[in-house]
Amino acid sequence: MSDLQQEIQPKGAKIKGNKPVNQLEAANRFIAASAHQQMHDQRLWDLRKKRDAQMHLIPEWEELRDLASDIKSHTLDHLADYLEEFERNAKANGVHVHWAKDAQESNQIIAGILKEHDAKNLVKSKSMLGEECLLRQHLEEEGVTVIETDLGERIQQLDKEDPSHVVVPAVHKSRTDVSKVFVKTLNAEEGNNDVHYLATTQRETTRPYILNADAGMTGANFLVAETGAVVVCTNEGNADLSANTPPLHIVTVGIEKIIPKMEHLAVFIRLLSRSALGSPITQYTSYFSGPRKGGEMHVVLVDNGRSTRLASHKFKAGLKCIRCGACMNTCPVFRRSGGLSYGSVYAGPIGLILSPTYNVHKYRNLPFASTLNGSCTNVCPVKINLHEQIFAWRETLAEEKELSLSKRIIMTSLGKLFAHPKAYRMAVQTGDKLLSYLPHFMVYNQLNTWGRQRDIPTPPKETFHSWYAKNYMKKGKADE
Amino acid sequence: MEVGLFIPCYMDALEPEVGISTLKLLERFDVNVTYPFDQTCCGQPMTNTGCHKEAEETEKLFVKNFSSFDYIVMPSGSCTNQVRHHFDAIQQTDEVLHVRKNTYDLVEFLHDILKVASFPWANFSHKVAIHYNCNALRGLRHASMSERREPFFSKPKDLLSKVKGIEFVELERPDECCGFGGTFSIFEEGVSAKMGQDKVMDQHRSGAEYVVSADSSCLMHQKGCAMRMGVDLKYAHIAQILNGDLS
Ligand code: SF4
Repeated sequence: MSDLQQEIQPKGAKIKGNKPVNQLEAANRFIAASAHQQMHDQRLWDLRKKRDAQMHLIPEWEELRDLASDIKSHTLDHLADYLEEFERNAKANGVHVHWAKDAQESNQIIAGILKEHDAKNLVKSKSMLGEECLLRQHLEEEGVTVIETDLGERIQQLDKEDPSHVVVPAVHKSRTDVSKVFVKTLNAEEGNNDVHYLATTQRETTRPYILNADAGMTGANFLVAETGAVVVCTNEGNADLSANTPPLHIVTVGIEKIIPKMEHLAVFIRLLSRSALGSPITQYTSYFSGPRKGGEMHVVLVDNGRSTRLASHKFKAGLKCIRCGACMNTCPVFRRSGGLSYGSVYAGPIGLILSPTYNVHKYRNLPFASTLNGSCTNVCPVKINLHEQIFAWRETLAEEKELSLSKRIIMTSLGKLFAHPKAYRMAVQTGDKLLSYLPHFMVYNQLNTWGRQRDIPTPPKETFHSWYAKNYMKKGKADE
Repeated sequence: MEVGLFIPCYMDALEPEVGISTLKLLERFDVNVTYPFDQTCCGQPMTNTGCHKEAEETEKLFVKNFSSFDYIVMPSGSCTNQVRHHFDAIQQTDEVLHVRKNTYDLVEFLHDILKVASFPWANFSHKVAIHYNCNALRGLRHASMSERREPFFSKPKDLLSKVKGIEFVELERPDECCGFGGTFSIFEEGVSAKMGQDKVMDQHRSGAEYVVSADSSCLMHQKGCAMRMGVDLKYAHIAQILNGDLS
């Protein structure tokens, strides 16, 4: 614990304009902060264990996953129809529905609604789409005060950091780190690391904003086409406060969040929190089917690249994601690297496949931050073929000439070497003894990264190949 | 039954004894094993890096070497996964499809095809932790996985339980990836080594004397980490245990 108190929280990836994010460099810094890294790994592994326990309590778990996956696939195949159905029904409920083709348009629409109501103070519950659109920054430039109401999200806002995880945004911070942020920004007691105290401090300092807000904003976990309703799941009840206290409620949601019918909702509600936190259900599952009495409700349906993704055969399935974060919790790379090292809104396995769809050059290194172990695919409640898409991204990157030069050079040489048995034999059996015995790819780059933290295998006296030649060729067992 | 033996490139160069155990083990059963002399690699380093075109000639060579056999057997789950699931750079002729369909990892071959009932020659009185290579576990389904709600099964454990004296110990994270990941271990060295170190510590805490796996590549990485960390653990390929070469 004392290590964790003293150690400075590592910061995320360094973003340099449109330059490819160097995830590995940031991950290495995270690993070097070993107390933080260990805490991060353990916290997320605990979530994974709780999730497993919940899964074992549901005999039909795998059928539920199949069902959820099928519902999502079906919806994606008829997306336009269901969105129109939602619009009709929501309008009939008295909800204003807006369509935004990208982040900029979405931000403008929201700023416009706020301006119309002369709203200067906005309280906001957690929304990954908001992060994706840089909504807060945009509104602040327009003179609107935006306050995050989710505890983790508020911590990150106060620390001027992005969320590091879709469900637990401040999971990379220790209690001491949070306390330090609160001392600096909320006048909290110095050195008081008590969880209860910290949570209360946040709540007490945020409540006045909620009570005085002109408008409240939430994301949405699901849109129900059949009823035109919006469903929001939280554990702190902050979305309900944000939505119900001020007279104006704005919902911003990605178009892929729609499901056809009420009966489908149950399938996802059963899967969401169990997959995310290993709890049977979120504390608050709120169903907003219209504006509150005397109030106004707006829903902004945001595309921001989603229809392009929908048209791509290889990467379409990423749109099934319900943002439970299970793939991050299970990912051994994510648990070691920390979410901020990815330098993108979405991190972990789902981030590896979504990020390049926003900017292929900037995020070209991300699909390599995986061992392709496939745990993500099998934990995913909607059965997204995550590791296959990561694999497919690598091929796409190579085709689009977005592979780093060193990778391309090594692979071209290797491909040639392995295609020519004689040349290959020469490389393995002649020349400098040690180098000749190591698989070529291990030592091909001059850095020899293998040996930095791992011992290099001791070369044997002879290869299998020459042993076989000696011992079996005589017996006439070889094929030549 | 004509069996073509494939020895992965890294095994040929670094762990010939595993290849020898595999060959001798297969010869104990009623199969005719041939080692085609012109073999090199399965193409995995290129394909995994996205360079499918660069793997094309290697895949062709593989098919040329192995298409005449009833079965192609290799002591490597990850290379088997490559041949079975990723041989896509070349035209899918009947020969290619034959090779893809009939390529088996040693464990699968012993367990599913030969259905071996006992290894009377083998004796191994040690505490053993099993390491599952991720490609073998989730790609070839060597065993049940902890992410899924499915009954427990484990082909490597089934086989090893037929060896006299063996005692199994359990890991805290039984099927977490060790961080080898092919070229991941080179290109993403920092995370890879950290994962390997954590894996070694889990194995160490389990009380294992030996870590046994159907894949030498993961073991090479773990062994490299253990040696550097000064942790006293031994690593063995399942072929060496089943053939009774270690005791
Ligand atoms: S990809 Fe699957 S596991 Fe990952 S956040 Fe989305 S729904 Fe959850």
